[in-house]
Amino acid sequence: MNTELLRVDDVKVYYQARKGLIGSVAVKALDGVTLEVRSGETLAVVGESGSGKTTLGRAALRLVRPTGGRILFRGEDVTNLSDSDLSTFRRRAQGVFQDPYSSLDGFMSVAQILEEPLVIHGVGTAGERTEMIHDALRDVRMSPPEEMATKFPHMLSGGLRQRVGIARALILRPDFILADEPVSMIDASSRAEILYLMLELQRTYGIGFLYITHDIATARHFSDRIAVMYAGRVVESGPAGQVIDEPLHPYTEALIRAIPEPDPSNRLHQRPVIPGEPPSPTEPPTGCRFHPRCPFAIAGTCEVIDPPLIEVKPGHLTACHLHPEPLGE
Amino acid sequence: MSLLEVTDLTLHYATRENPVRAVDGVSFRLDRGQALGIVGESGSGKTSLSLALMRLLPSNATGYGGSVVLDGQDVMALSDDEFRRQIRWRKLSMVFQGAQNSLNPVLRVGHQVAEPLMLESGARKAQARERVLRLFDLVRLPREAADRYPHELSGGMKQRVMIAMSLVLDPALVVLDEPTSALDVSIQAQMMNLLKDLKNNLGISFIFITHDIALASDICDRIAVVYAGQMVEVGGADDALTQPSHPYTQLLLGSIPRLAADEPPQFIPGAPPDLTDPPAGCRFHPRCPYVFEPCDRDAPPLAAARAGHEARCWLLAREAP
Repeated sequence: MNTELLRVDDVKVYYQARKGLIGSVAVKALDGVTLEVRSGETLAVVGESGSGKTTLGRAALRLVRPTGGRILFRGEDVTNLSDSDLSTFRRRAQGVFQDPYSSLDGFMSVAQILEEPLVIHGVGTAGERTEMIHDALRDVRMSPPEEMATKFPHMLSGGLRQRVGIARALILRPDFILADEPVSMIDASSRAEILYLMLELQRTYGIGFLYITHDIATARHFSDRIAVMYAGRVVESGPAGQVIDEPLHPYTEALIRAIPEPDPSNRLHQRPVIPGEPPSPTEPPTGCRFHPRCPFAIAGTCEVIDPPLIEVKPGHLTACHLHPEPLGE
Repeated sequence: MSLLEVTDLTLHYATRENPVRAVDGVSFRLDRGQALGIVGESGSGKTSLSLALMRLLPSNATGYGGSVVLDGQDVMALSDDEFRRQIRWRKLSMVFQGAQNSLNPVLRVGHQVAEPLMLESGARKAQARERVLRLFDLVRLPREAADRYPHELSGGMKQRVMIAMSLVLDPALVVLDEPTSALDVSIQAQMMNLLKDLKNNLGISFIFITHDIALASDICDRIAVVYAGQMVEVGGADDALTQPSHPYTQLLLGSIPRLAADEPPQFIPGAPPDLTDPPAGCRFHPRCPYVFEPCDRDAPPLAAARAGHEARCWLLAREAP
């Protein structure tokens, strides 16, 4: 349970964007992120658009090569491996993506979609592969598997398509799955069904999940730990319940308070909000990146010194000048 | 008197086979200065309902009918031309889903907000500009944003422009279709606060269309839940959120992951029906845990659960046939 599966160590991903006719400017999508996913656990990465959470997921699967830092998978450095050397890693680290409408090829049947990774990695004979496809469909509760395998994506509902996406990620029996907003396009009444399914598969196969989401409420219920990202950095991480019940960073607290629960008294008062919008990733603020929006900013400190991510309570880290004292040894 | 009374509104779409029954006999009313939430999942017909109200019908619309009385005026009796000149944008306007992305990229946003004013009411340029700047103050946009192009504004600012545009001819009622679904939660909360202010300070009425019943609770005085083209429950926000009568509403509320509580969210097995061939009887019966004898045979009527609160369920309509 507690063995380290994936470690992202001070990873930076910068993109070059055009500016004007000949100029270019660095977009710092990810600017020094460190975190780890252990075997059989789910780490949720929560953030708003532009926080870098999707880039983090892409870096974790080595779909992008980081500008700086290291990515370790089971202790092995995969940061700079070439595509041909990545084949073992790719077999053991899989992804489930946001849009079940665009992440499945509409011209391939479910059987072909699920067979493709097996063919690429040269797994089994044709007969064995058919058996594995049926097993994977049974795993994601698509029955009867013989019939489901013949369907094409357009014949399936969004929820069923996402199950095909999960089956495709599962079929190589990976140790690690990146799930990038896997339910954000699924109807509210079916979301939990997909998340329970992923939880069950995790328990059956001991998979480590990196669950990337904008929805901190699902993160509470379906992950062991939560990391909150803001402007390309992790600002807080810790056990899921603790991060939500006792947030340390003002941004985490603001994010939690911005979400309405279904309460009829909500309409009678204004919701506490943080002013402004997230900063531009080309020119992030100096010091703490949240300071221009922070109600507790300490003048002379927060806009000058970039706070490091430190452990303040056991397993609970934050990068904030309000919590300057690291946990004693 | 109610500001809006809708009775038996219907809008179907023709396909090669059976018509899609997107809005199938929907009735509700809305009082002045109030907000009505229309909550439903994708494919429940909630956007079609708003298009039917605005009379913005796609070319394959069929079976468009029912009664819509706005401010005492029977608007269904108007010709398309009269509706366009008298009602749309003047008395009833709309903020479309994802509309912030349909701003014209080569026109300054202030100009786009002023357009209905100059076309529809023949205002002079200086007057129109003054009106736009006052609207920008109202939606808390800096005045200089009026001279910017859409790409220079953030998503939240563009959505404020769309809200300003919907208010330009002073309508009594604004239909908001998922006005925050493309925005981050921190910006969503700012937008909801703005809408609350417009409602409380200016007395504007809203129809707030959303898939998120928790978000509806942030502004709505009444909540209507739609499922498979029909309204299955409608009532005051307090009742609908704390004592829902329809099993679908109960299960929908149960499927929201709560931040403050440890109880895990539930889900509704199955998927909403195909609207070309909805199930016989109650349209929710294939997914309902309380299904009993009349449910798969006869469609339940909208029955009173309490004063001002109705639900379409045989559990309420005891006198089952």
